[in-house]
Amino acid sequence: METVKVDSKKTAPNMGESIKGVLKNNVRQYTMLIALFAAMIIFQIATKGTFLLPMNVTNLILQNSYVLILAIGMTLCILTGGNIDLSVGSICAFIGGVVGILIVNMQLNVWLAIGIALLVGVVIGFWQGFWIAYIRIPAFIVTLSGMLIFRGLTNTIMGGLTIAPFPESFRSFSSGYIPDVFGGKGLNITALLVGVVASVIYILTENKKRSEKQKYDIDSIALPLFVLKLIFVTAAINIFFIYLAIYKGIPIIMAIILVLIIGYSVLTLKTVPGRYLYAMGGNEKAAKLSGINTNKVLFLAYVNMAVFAALAGISVASRSNAASPVAGVNYELDAIAACFVGGASAYGGIGTVLGAIIGALFMGVLNNGMSILGVGSDWQMTIKGLVLLAAVAFDVISKNKAKSS
Amino acid sequence: MEHILEMRNIIKLFPGVKALDNVNLKVASGEIHALVGENGAGKSTLMNVLSGIYPHGTYSGQIFYQNKECRFKNIKDSENLGIAIIHQELALEPYMSIGENIFLCNERSKMGIIDWNKTHKMAADLLKKVGLNENTHSMIKDISVGKQQLVEIAKALAKKVKLLILDEPTAALNEEDSDNLLNLMLQLKKDGITSIIISHKLNEVLKVADTITVIRDGATIETMKKNDDITEDRIIKGMVGRQLVNRYPTRTPNIKEVSFEVKNWNVYDPIVDGRKIIKDVNIKLHRGEIVGLSGLMGAGRTELAMSIFGKAYGKNISGQIIKDGKEIHLQNVRQAIDNGLAYVTEDRKTAGLVLMQDIKNNISLANLSEVLKRNLIDDNKEIQVAEEYSKKLNIKSSGILQKTGNLSGGNQQKVVLSKWIFTKPEVLILDEPTRGIDVGAKYEIYCIINKLANEGKSILVISSEMPEILGICDRIYVMNEGRIVGEQHRNEASQESIMKCIMQSNREVI
Repeated sequence: METVKVDSKKTAPNMGESIKGVLKNNVRQYTMLIALFAAMIIFQIATKGTFLLPMNVTNLILQNSYVLILAIGMTLCILTGGNIDLSVGSICAFIGGVVGILIVNMQLNVWLAIGIALLVGVVIGFWQGFWIAYIRIPAFIVTLSGMLIFRGLTNTIMGGLTIAPFPESFRSFSSGYIPDVFGGKGLNITALLVGVVASVIYILTENKKRSEKQKYDIDSIALPLFVLKLIFVTAAINIFFIYLAIYKGIPIIMAIILVLIIGYSVLTLKTVPGRYLYAMGGNEKAAKLSGINTNKVLFLAYVNMAVFAALAGISVASRSNAASPVAGVNYELDAIAACFVGGASAYGGIGTVLGAIIGALFMGVLNNGMSILGVGSDWQMTIKGLVLLAAVAFDVISKNKAKSS
Repeated sequence: MEHILEMRNIIKLFPGVKALDNVNLKVASGEIHALVGENGAGKSTLMNVLSGIYPHGTYSGQIFYQNKECRFKNIKDSENLGIAIIHQELALEPYMSIGENIFLCNERSKMGIIDWNKTHKMAADLLKKVGLNENTHSMIKDISVGKQQLVEIAKALAKKVKLLILDEPTAALNEEDSDNLLNLMLQLKKDGITSIIISHKLNEVLKVADTITVIRDGATIETMKKNDDITEDRIIKGMVGRQLVNRYPTRTPNIKEVSFEVKNWNVYDPIVDGRKIIKDVNIKLHRGEIVGLSGLMGAGRTELAMSIFGKAYGKNISGQIIKDGKEIHLQNVRQAIDNGLAYVTEDRKTAGLVLMQDIKNNISLANLSEVLKRNLIDDNKEIQVAEEYSKKLNIKSSGILQKTGNLSGGNQQKVVLSKWIFTKPEVLILDEPTRGIDVGAKYEIYCIINKLANEGKSILVISSEMPEILGICDRIYVMNEGRIVGEQHRNEASQESIMKCIMQSNREVI
C-alpha cells in the first residue's frame, strides 16, 4: 500500500492552531472539566479548606460510587439512540433485597451471594432487553414499567422491612481499602505507587500513540503542547493518589470503578461493538444496512445496564450496611443527569464514558460542597436542576451558533 | 416588462464560505423562471434569503417585491405578501388530513373555533384546482409523494400565493407525476401566478421555463430567455463553466463469465399479508459487466435489491442465489457482505451515512475487521484507509475528520461508495447512485462505476433516469409491477424501447 502523504502544513501545525483544534473537537468535555475544577476551587475557598481534605476527597468518591457505576451503563443505553433506563433505581433496591435475604437471612457465603445477585441482574436485563430490542417497545415505557415492577417486587420479597446488619466481609466491599503491602505509617505507599505506575503507563501509551502517528504522517499535536498535557495529567493523577494515600489508601469500590471506566472507555472507543453503538445511535437504518445487528446491540446495552444496576445495588447495600425497600429512589435520574451534563446527546450517537464520569463527579462535587456549606437539600435540588439545564443549554446554543452564524 | 421580484447584489456569508456572491435575479410577472446550477451553487440559499428563512440583516443586498423594497424578518412576513416556498423535503403533517394540512396555520375559524365544514369545502375546491382527486379527509401518510406535492401547492394557493417557489419538485416523482406537476405549473401560469423552479432535470426546465438563470459558485452567470437555441448542453456549459463533451465516460466493456445469478425470486410485503412484491424474478450478472435495472418508481427495484441483500426487505422470500456457480444462502446483511455483496442505498442521508460521524468512521463501518489490531480498532490504520479512499475517489472535504453531514451530495455519495468498495465486494448493487447530485459529480461517479467493472466486479445499477441507464450500462433489465418485463442490450435499447416494455406489460396485466 502506498503511504499517504499529508501536506506539510498539516503535519506541523503551529501551536495556536493545534490548541484550537484540540479544544474545538472536545469543547464540551473540556468545558465540563474546567467547570469541575472551578467548582472544586470555589468550594475549597468557601469551606475554608474543608472541601479538599483527604478524608473528604475519599468520601466524595465513596458517596457517589453508585452514580459513577450507573452512569457508565447509562452512557451505553443513551448512545444507542437516546434511550434511557428508568428502572435502575428500583433494580438497585431489588438487588439490595436479594443480597440482604441471601446473606443476612440465609447466611449464604458473601461471594456466592454477590454472584447470584449479579446473575439476577443479568436475568432482569434479558427481560427488559427482550421487550426493548426484539419487540421494539420504547425503552422509556419498558423501563418505566420495570421501575414499578422491581420496586413492587422489592417490597414483596422484603415484606416492606429493612434487612440489617451485614457481616464485616460484605461491608468491606464499599468501605474497605486495598491493604498497604508496604505497611507505610500514616501514608499508604501502595496508593502512591499505583499513582506513579499509572502515570508511567499513561506517559508511555501517549508517547507510543504520538510516535505511531508520526510514523504514518498523521496530524499530531505540537511537542510543547504534548509535554504540557503530559505534565498536567501526570500531576493530576499523582495529586489524587497522594490524597488517597494520606487518608486510608485506595477504596476497594474505587478500584472497581476505575477498572470499569478504563474497560468501558476502551470498549466504546476502540472496539467493534463500541463502534456499533455509536453507528446505531447516529443512524440505525444505515447501521443495519452496513451489516450491524442493531437488535443485538440494543439488547446487550440493556443487559449490561441491568448488571451495572445490580452492582450499584450491592455497593449501596454494603455502604449503608442495610438493605432497604426504599433504597435507590431517584438513582436513575442522577445517572441520566450525569450523562447529559457530561455531553451525551439526547438523540444518541454522541457521548463518552469519561464525559459521563466527569458529569457525575461534577454533580457529586456540588452535592458534597453544598452539604459542607450547610445548604439545605431543597436548594441543593434546585441548583442541581439549574446546572443540568445550563449544561445542556450551553451545548445546544453553541451548536446553533455554529450552524447559523 | 414588469418585474414582480428583483434581488440585487445579494451577498450571504457563512463561516468561512461565501455562499452567495453578488447575485442578481429578476423575475418577470407571470412567468416561470428556472434557477439551475450545480449542487452547492447557492440556489437554495438564495431562495432561503428570499423567503425570510435567513432574515434581513444576515445578508447584504436588496430585495424588491412588486416594486417595494422588502426586509423580511421571517417566513411569515414573506408569506403575507404572497410568496410561498415548497421545499424538497415536504413540510406536511403525516397524521393530519389533507384538509387540515392545507389550512394549517391559516385556519378557517370563527372566534377561535375552527369551521371544519368550511375548511373541507374550500380544501376540496383547491384540490380540484390542482387536479388531485382525493378525499380531503384522507391522511397525508396514506397518499403518494406525488400527491403530497400537489397538496403542498394547494396549501400555497390557500394562502393566495402570487410567487410560488418550487425547490426540486420532481426529484422524488416518477415520470407521470412529474408531467402532471409540470402541466399544473403551466396551468397556474395562466391564472397569473409567477413561479420559480429549482431543478436538476434540464429537460423539465426546458419544457416549462420562460427564463432560465444559471448560478455557479454563488454568483449569477447568465440569464437566458427561452428560445429554440437553448439546449441542455448549452445550459450545462453555463452550469459547469466549460463545455461538457460527454456526459458519460467512454466504456470498452470486458465481460467475462456469469458471476451472480438470482433465480425464481419471490418476495412478499412485510406488512400487508399475502401481497407479492417481487414475482418470479430471474437475473444474471457477468464479471466486468454493468447491468441496469430500469423501471418506474414503485416497480419493485429497491425491494428486489434489498431482499437479495441479506433479506433486508420482505418476508417469505423464496428463490435461489447462485454466486460463482455455487448456491449461497444469505440470512442477514452481514452474511451478504461476507459473501462479497454490497448494496449502496437509494437514500444516502437516511440509510447510507451516519451523518453526525466523520468521513473516516463512515468508510470503515461495514468492514471494521480490516482495521483491527489485536481486537482493538487501530486509529492509524483507519485514518490511512480513509485517506486512501478520499484520494482515490476524489472526496472534497476539509479532511477525513469532517462530519459527513456537512458534505455536498456528490461527496456524500463518494463516501458511501468508499464504504462499500472498502468491503472488497464482487457484486455491487447501486441504487440511484447519482440522485440529487450535480453534473460534474455524476461524471465522476460514472467513472468510478466504470473502473469497478473493469476490475472484474459485477455491477447492478438501479436508476430512474433513463438517459443514465442508457449511458453507462452494458445490458438493461426492465422491471414493472415486481416482474422483469424486458432485457435489452446496450445497442438495441432506447428510452422508447424501455417505455414500450413497461406499457406492454401493463396491458398484459390488465
